Amino acid sequence: MAGSGTAHMRNSVDSVLTVRDLTVEFKISKDKVVKAVSGLSFDVVKGETLAVVGESGCGKTTLARAILQLPPPNSGEVIFNGTDLTSLPKENLRSARTSMQMIFQDPISSLDPRMTVQQLIDEPLEIWGRGTREERNERINTLLNNVGLEPELVLNRRSYEFSGGQCQRISIARALALDPRMLICDEPVSALDVSIQAQILNLLQDMKDQFGLTMVFISHDLAVVKAVSDRVMVMYLGKICEIATPEALYSKPAHHYTKALLDSVPIADPTRQKITELLQGEPPSPMNPPSGCRFRTRCHAATARCAEHEPQLQEVSPGQFVACHHPIV
Amino acid sequence: MSSLLSIKNLGVNFDTPRGSLEAVRGVDIEIPAGTSVGVVGESGSGKTVMCRAAMGLLQGSNVQRTGTVVFDGNELTAMTKEQVRDLFGSGMAMIFQDPMTALNPVRRIGSQISEGLRVRLGMSKKDALVRSKELLELVRIPNPTAVLKSFPYQLSGGMRQRVMIAIAIACNPKLLFADEPTTALDVTVQAQILQLLRELREDLKMSMVLVTHDLGVVAGNTDYVAVMYAGEVVEYAPTTKLFADMRMPYTEALLESIPKIDHKSGTRLSVIAGRLPNPTDRGVGCGFAPRCKYAQEKCHTQHPELQKDPDGHLYRCWFPIGEAL
Repeated sequence: MAGSGTAHMRNSVDSVLTVRDLTVEFKISKDKVVKAVSGLSFDVVKGETLAVVGESGCGKTTLARAILQLPPPNSGEVIFNGTDLTSLPKENLRSARTSMQMIFQDPISSLDPRMTVQQLIDEPLEIWGRGTREERNERINTLLNNVGLEPELVLNRRSYEFSGGQCQRISIARALALDPRMLICDEPVSALDVSIQAQILNLLQDMKDQFGLTMVFISHDLAVVKAVSDRVMVMYLGKICEIATPEALYSKPAHHYTKALLDSVPIADPTRQKITELLQGEPPSPMNPPSGCRFRTRCHAATARCAEHEPQLQEVSPGQFVACHHPIV
Repeated sequence: MSSLLSIKNLGVNFDTPRGSLEAVRGVDIEIPAGTSVGVVGESGSGKTVMCRAAMGLLQGSNVQRTGTVVFDGNELTAMTKEQVRDLFGSGMAMIFQDPMTALNPVRRIGSQISEGLRVRLGMSKKDALVRSKELLELVRIPNPTAVLKSFPYQLSGGMRQRVMIAIAIACNPKLLFADEPTTALDVTVQAQILQLLRELREDLKMSMVLVTHDLGVVAGNTDYVAVMYAGEVVEYAPTTKLFADMRMPYTEALLESIPKIDHKSGTRLSVIAGRLPNPTDRGVGCGFAPRCKYAQEKCHTQHPELQKDPDGHLYRCWFPIGEAL
């Protein structure tokens, strides 16, 4: 049940991204504050994909934006490649951002409809003065080939002429243009059909292998992240519930919320329909989160202790950390 | 069993500047009373157009409809817009994919639910509001009194979809069209909404057409499944039969492409390469042939006719799965 703690931090020398005690709050009126992300810590090592999973409103997107300092968090550290981005002067931050790129949920609205594909991918290269015009055109062609689009066919067309899946490919090419070290994908396949989802997930995996990328992959669907992740972090109301390898998390979830998320995934087999207690209701308001464990109001295992003490992340099996007073064993 | 909705040889063509666009062709579906039928296919396969035509909509001057749709003894294709409209609410109702744009943003929830009750059942404003509150309770909205006075923007996506369902079931329709009702929602809320629809269907003895792109969603929620591809029904069977013994390579490919929870992590997902054929130029052969791993010469040159197994399983394929080539 969503809590705090730092037991899961690996303090590895290979860390590309280390987030410590990150807090993001939005003031919406004189005495109302939305606590979107509360004291979150995690690290991502080189070449790893960290999946962040949770329901709408759990702070996934706020977290992604806070990593990029869009806007900067209220407190906490975001250490990327050894530099703390939160204390970086504006100009240095701008250049630091070239090596961390984001891919958004809605592929069509995240591309400027007035720009051709050529202009869209050229924009970052031009801003940062990467090479001459010929070199840049060369690079655009390579990028489009990488993401599985035919340069001659697409260069002079605009985003509205493409399907959602193709737009997401263009977004990926654009994000890769500046050779980033890290890619933050915010629900990159939620708006796509299942048949296209698999294509984009495979493409992201290929790009990661080819360019040695480190990824943060945000999704509300545990089934989607399974294929791409090396570590999965389950969030609830701005806190971590559980963080583990996919093998551990999917076969023996220790947090009641993780289990509920797994039970919600539809199974494409009429003979194997689960009759389980569904998670009822929706998360409480982040303006006034429950005391103690934030998940306790929807948890069937909650006791008085859950209301009084906030659970800390503890290791229940090697590499599996859970913040719950009554973990599933 | 008598059919509540019977669609025969339905075709829908749109006139576009680039020529005639064949959105739906030769669709035959029977929906027996009290059953739930899933319609599955990719974006652009004609699912939504088929549903709208089945509701007697799409009567614009740029639309050519062929075939017949008979709902509860009424031939919708021969009726005027006004006559069809009289069936909405108490005959059939629809819920849409995006509950935010389907609700009126500047009217309170209470007045939106009451509208159907007052127009269709002739209730007074006061009675309609009382009934609206009961309906909100029926779709398990906590604190219905406050929600009646809310505007759509004050509700979450899941709540809005519950309100849409309350509006749809307000006048006890016999048939509910649910067009991708959970696509815009989280998995947890999706599970809740699907469970709610299942229970309401039983309690109200309502039939349902559930449109989705996800075979996982139809698996536990429908009695029959129609798989659509390029405007045609390419496979139709009872749900358990379809999953146990699918004949159409497209259905198989669609099922394999779903990211599954028991999928081994770090392995590649199988994909359906390519895309749907151009709807303004359907070509001569099977529409799926260029993407089909079993395709033969014949598939590219001859359009497959609908085949029927002795048990009523329909499919449109020259070389169905399970038969030697």
